[in-house]
Amino acid sequence: MNLRATALLFFSSHQSPLNPAGIQARHIEHNLVLIFGITSAVYLIVIAVLFFGVLRNHAREGFVPHTLVEDPDVDRKATYIVGGAIGATVVLLFVMMISSFITSHRTAVLANAQSLKIDVYGHQWWWEVEYPMDEQPFRMVRTANEIHVPVGSVVTIHATSRDVIHSFWAPNIHGKKDLIPGYENDLTLEVDQPGTWRGQCAEFCGLQHAHMAFDIVAQSRADFDRWYVQQLSAAPEPTTPQTIHGRDVFLNHPCMMCHTIRGTTAGSTVGPDLTHVASRSMIAAGTLKNTPGNMAGWILNAQSIKPGVRMPPNPMPGQDLNDLLAYLETLR
Amino acid sequence: MNEQHVVIAEESYTTTSDAERAAQLAKVWAEPSGFLGWFKAVHHTTIGKRYMVTAFGFFLAAGLLAGAMRLQLAFPEAHIMSPDLYNQVFTMHGSVMMFLFAVPMMFEALSVYFVPLMVGTRNIAFPRLNAFSYYLFLFAGLMLFAFFFVNSGPDRGWFSYVPLSGPDYAPGKRADIWAQLITFTEISGLCVAVEVIVTVFKLRAPGMSLNRIPIFVWGEVVTSFMVIFAMPGVVVASTMLLLDRTASTQFFNPAVGGDVLLFQHLFWWFGHPEVYIIFIPGTAIVSTIAATFSRRHVFGYMALVLSLIATGFIAFGLWVHHMFATGIPQMSEGFFTAASMMIAIPAGTQIFCWLATILTGKVVLKTPMWWVLGFFFVFIIGGMTGIFVASVPVDLQVHDTYFVVAHFHYVLIGGAVFPMFGAFAYWFPKLTGRMLSEMLGLWSFWLFTIGFNITFFPMHILGLRGMPRRVYTYPADAGWTALNQIESVGYIFLFLGVAVFLYNVWHSLRRGEMAPANPWQAGGLEWATASPPATYNFLNMPTVNGSEPLWDALPDQPVVSGMHEDVREIVTTRILDAEPEGRDEMPGPTAWPFIAAVVTTALFIGSIFRPIAVSIGAIPLAIALIGWFWPTREESQRRARRNIWEQS
Amino acid sequence: MSFRSREFFAFALLVSLCACKREQRIFDPGSAASQPAGATPLTEVGAGTSPPPGNRPNAIAESAYAVGEGKRLYQAYNCVGCHANGGGAIGPALMDSEWIYGSSLEQIHSTIVQGRPNGMPSFAGKIPDYQVWEIAAYVRSMSGQLPSDVAPSRSDHMPMVVPEQSRPKEHPGAEHPQPVITEPQR
Repeated sequence: MNLRATALLFFSSHQSPLNPAGIQARHIEHNLVLIFGITSAVYLIVIAVLFFGVLRNHAREGFVPHTLVEDPDVDRKATYIVGGAIGATVVLLFVMMISSFITSHRTAVLANAQSLKIDVYGHQWWWEVEYPMDEQPFRMVRTANEIHVPVGSVVTIHATSRDVIHSFWAPNIHGKKDLIPGYENDLTLEVDQPGTWRGQCAEFCGLQHAHMAFDIVAQSRADFDRWYVQQLSAAPEPTTPQTIHGRDVFLNHPCMMCHTIRGTTAGSTVGPDLTHVASRSMIAAGTLKNTPGNMAGWILNAQSIKPGVRMPPNPMPGQDLNDLLAYLETLR
Repeated sequence: MNEQHVVIAEESYTTTSDAERAAQLAKVWAEPSGFLGWFKAVHHTTIGKRYMVTAFGFFLAAGLLAGAMRLQLAFPEAHIMSPDLYNQVFTMHGSVMMFLFAVPMMFEALSVYFVPLMVGTRNIAFPRLNAFSYYLFLFAGLMLFAFFFVNSGPDRGWFSYVPLSGPDYAPGKRADIWAQLITFTEISGLCVAVEVIVTVFKLRAPGMSLNRIPIFVWGEVVTSFMVIFAMPGVVVASTMLLLDRTASTQFFNPAVGGDVLLFQHLFWWFGHPEVYIIFIPGTAIVSTIAATFSRRHVFGYMALVLSLIATGFIAFGLWVHHMFATGIPQMSEGFFTAASMMIAIPAGTQIFCWLATILTGKVVLKTPMWWVLGFFFVFIIGGMTGIFVASVPVDLQVHDTYFVVAHFHYVLIGGAVFPMFGAFAYWFPKLTGRMLSEMLGLWSFWLFTIGFNITFFPMHILGLRGMPRRVYTYPADAGWTALNQIESVGYIFLFLGVAVFLYNVWHSLRRGEMAPANPWQAGGLEWATASPPATYNFLNMPTVNGSEPLWDALPDQPVVSGMHEDVREIVTTRILDAEPEGRDEMPGPTAWPFIAAVVTTALFIGSIFRPIAVSIGAIPLAIALIGWFWPTREESQRRARRNIWEQS
Repeated sequence: MSFRSREFFAFALLVSLCACKREQRIFDPGSAASQPAGATPLTEVGAGTSPPPGNRPNAIAESAYAVGEGKRLYQAYNCVGCHANGGGAIGPALMDSEWIYGSSLEQIHSTIVQGRPNGMPSFAGKIPDYQVWEIAAYVRSMSGQLPSDVAPSRSDHMPMVVPEQSRPKEHPGAEHPQPVITEPQR
């Protein structure tokens, strides 16, 4: 237990398979620890044998020409020992194999349960997230890079890609699953620890593979429902002159060529849906905290932050930028 | 093989003195000299040395690229390299290490140089093909680096998955260059595989029956067969990619029923055996060195050989464990988990046999043996972490993270680079006739070993803390900074270790102690000839009486006599028992392989830009091949005479 | 050894001639290249003509990456909605030789920025300037007017279309009679 506490101190992270926050990650961690225990024990034994063997056996005098040290009796004994070692190897491998099978089975059983379905689409280099819970298409929650899930419910991530292969990986919750164009993969998971758990693309997907992260926000059922209802709504109408001007800036700039704000004329799906952008904690796929300063830098020149990203630089006068930021702030 | 003399010819020759025979053989087997002679050389020791120098050069270049990556990753959110350059650098590092260093060094260079010596013959089978394969390999590397220096280095990873490397997402010619690099190096590897198999199966010294073949040679034979079965897979994949990109085929286009996963299956069908292609020669080197420096025959010869063969077979049954995350059915997962774990059985068997060899022998601690001991410390860790990635649930967590980076560096550097340095230290006297400095050798060993562990051990932890692979940078608050900085410091030690090694080689070449024919008192046939060997390898073609021919030789071990020594003649033997079967003549020096390689290179590079180059280039290639195989009158007459003798 | 390095440099030089520009990836076009809204010099550009905009557009037309970006943007900004994938629908086809407003990079650029009568809207202020150049370069590639090693290849989402790099070269040159001349409205 003490060992485990030390290990946690060392590994504890919001993006680590050794700090599980989901049922699947917990099972996998147990399997990992078992394999770690067996393999380290075997390794230590082998190295100890080698070490003492060399220490006991090494010749100080160097080469003695034409003398070999071979003894058929010793070799016969060694044959038994080697045979035994191979047998032990087979047994240990069998143990680890069975434990893998059991773990695989345990992580998969939830797949049949009643679950909340979330569609995740990989883009270069961000995550599109849809909650197709309502039957009517216009009442659908669409967000980006932030997946809200209720704690203690079974969730099925239905994943595919809009361009190249990506891989969905939130290590604290579950192992990874590839997002492959032409294929649809399901990943069933259940988070049992509230909190924000970071995940990241794990399959090389081009220039900004390094900046393609997302957050899984695990919250109580009530909080989740509140969030969900709020996300269903369209963007609020701006009320102050500043925010009204901000919206006009948005609609008259390249912004509206790529982004959607439901409730306005901006309806393009090239980039992330911004209807509730202010409610998200990170921007640029987990690259920057969602603060006005970061947002300003991102709008003015995203290329200096994430070179190669699809977002073009948008130079604009300071007043316009201020008003635009004020408008975006209202999109909660 | 206990008869007194193995007499090949029916008419016996008048025995001249050894000195006269040596002069005669040297004349017949002479390599052409001068500038133009460089292009005509066909002897396996010449080509083998070129392979080693070239492959080691690529190792150094790729190592420097690794240094660039370590510099970039030493600081979070660093801007030392742009992501575009970083992607080129890590792709180049992987591709160069795998295709231009590891396979050419562990398989092509070592087997071309040593297999003919170890089986006791005078040249490798198909020596002109051998020269051709070397030039193709050289040109592949030159092409890749030339393109890299003009900002056209491949940037899609050494695996270049579609659709990322496909026509829609990889503009420019970078991915095409990667695809043709594969074709080049794989053709080169396939040529050598054929040569090695024929050399070992038909040209062994009389008496070297299958159960007396040196373990190293067994390793290279198993590797050759793996090359023959694995490499066509990747050549097909890269050619389909190239066709998709340049000739508008639709192999990987999901819109018309093409399949992006097909590429992964084809690639890993090759890619997984590739790992074994790289370290099976390494383990064979370990067996060789461990036997010599434990002063005994290797323990469990038969078990070791069977393990090598078993590894070769099982290696083809576990490619899918690179694709567990793609969502394959649970049944297949189970199968491939079992297969992946099964490969630990032959690997374990080998390790236990080596341990038994060391424990029951008398260990002489010289530099080659130190590298072997280092191999144990490092490679076994790699093998153990291999069990993590074989287990599906655990693999889903560690796949594509730094844990895997650590795992395969422990396997490949442990399984190939440690034995390679051991092999250099061990065979350097044979290659050059000079001894390496023991002190500098130990320095480079310790620097390299310590540097290696500082660099790569923390990667296990990084992976378990969630750092994915192939990222050009990472956030400052992820908790990965300190470990990355430790790794970057480790690189300095690695660099110094290699630098000391290079200095050792340079120094020894000029001032090293002269090496005797058999400085380690070893048992292999390669030690039965001068250091460095003459171009005819052996003055008297040897016969063999055991798996370590020099240790097992009878007091009056016979030699082959009655060879025609005025032509490049060799003995052929039967596959199983290596009884003499006939004689054959080796082709002499010629520049045609070089010309053919130049034409092939032009054809391949041209095909990147215009697919029609394949058809147009076939014409000069045909001319080069006609020149290559054009027989001389004397050769055909001799061949006709030999046939008559063989039939009678 | 000296021979090898000499051969190597000769080879590298040869390759560099064709590769340098083609593989350029310009991520940050600088603030000057992406014009602020409303700053498009509408009045200076007439149909079929345009002031030389410096070296930048040519660099874009020679960079495979930029043309690839143009292809992506052509989809992203819904040019396909009217022009389809070059075959034309509501808007005119772009893979043939019927070019009313000229086929040079500059002319296509001004067509996109200014818009044209009978349906082509103006994208001034909507699309950053450097992206307009990228789209223009891609449009030229659709009629085979870019070198095939720069033009994009087939698309992963389209089964039937001939890739830009293998299209027969059309010459929708400015010499084509221009039935409609529009004067910029002041």
